[in-house]
Amino acid sequence: MDRRELRSPLGRAIGLGSAKEGVEHWWAQRVSAVALLVLGLWFVASLVALAGADRATVVAWLHGPLAAILTILTLAAVFYHSALGLQVVIEDYVHGEGLRIGSLVLVRLSCLALGVAGIFAVLRIAFGA
Amino acid sequence: MTPAERPLSPHLQIYKPQLTSLLSISHRLTGVALGLGTLFLVWWLVAAASGDAAFAAAQAFFGSWLGLLLLFGWTFSFFFHLCNGVRHLMWDTGHGLDLRTTYATGWAAVAASGALTLLAFAAGLAVRG
Repeated sequence: MDRRELRSPLGRAIGLGSAKEGVEHWWAQRVSAVALLVLGLWFVASLVALAGADRATVVAWLHGPLAAILTILTLAAVFYHSALGLQVVIEDYVHGEGLRIGSLVLVRLSCLALGVAGIFAVLRIAFGA
Repeated sequence: MTPAERPLSPHLQIYKPQLTSLLSISHRLTGVALGLGTLFLVWWLVAAASGDAAFAAAQAFFGSWLGLLLLFGWTFSFFFHLCNGVRHLMWDTGHGLDLRTTYATGWAAVAASGALTLLAFAAGLAVRG
């Protein structure tokens, strides 16, 4: 199929393509997805190995630099990917302008806050606690 | 100006459910479920950083019937989103977009995510003892 047929006459005349913002969002979602293929599998496997563990075991696990660093990277990728994905879901299904903008801001700030809280908890365990 | 001859979104009321469309919406549903699950993940990490009482409370919740049910749902959501995400990454490279391959990879994603969920959950229960 010829791609140009899918564009509106006005879009073809202006020649800016169909998207207003380019491919940054799309690309960021893919890059974080690839990171999570590795980090997610490692993290879930770690959680399985920690099933039912007491606090001392979890603390000892996060005292290891590799576990702490990989957990922080996992949290960063998880909340980045979540913010991007939930944004698309809201943009597709929430139609009221005010509600949509409010939801987008709430989701983005929540992902940031949760990510910071999670990373801080890991650092606190890694450096002491 | 005549409207462009571009594809329109299907009408859900008259559109026959198919593996492709079901897996597509499942990808979003599992993504949102995992997003909600991050709240509990951060709770678990913050509890581990806070102290024995807080962590014991979190572990007691995840060991309860409700906790195990939620963990099972998140485990499946994780593996399905991961396996189906690999399909998306493959499509992004322009491969596997014909109907036959789409169905084959779709069923493969369902089978793999089901098997990995059972494997992870069985391993978790075995570790917990």
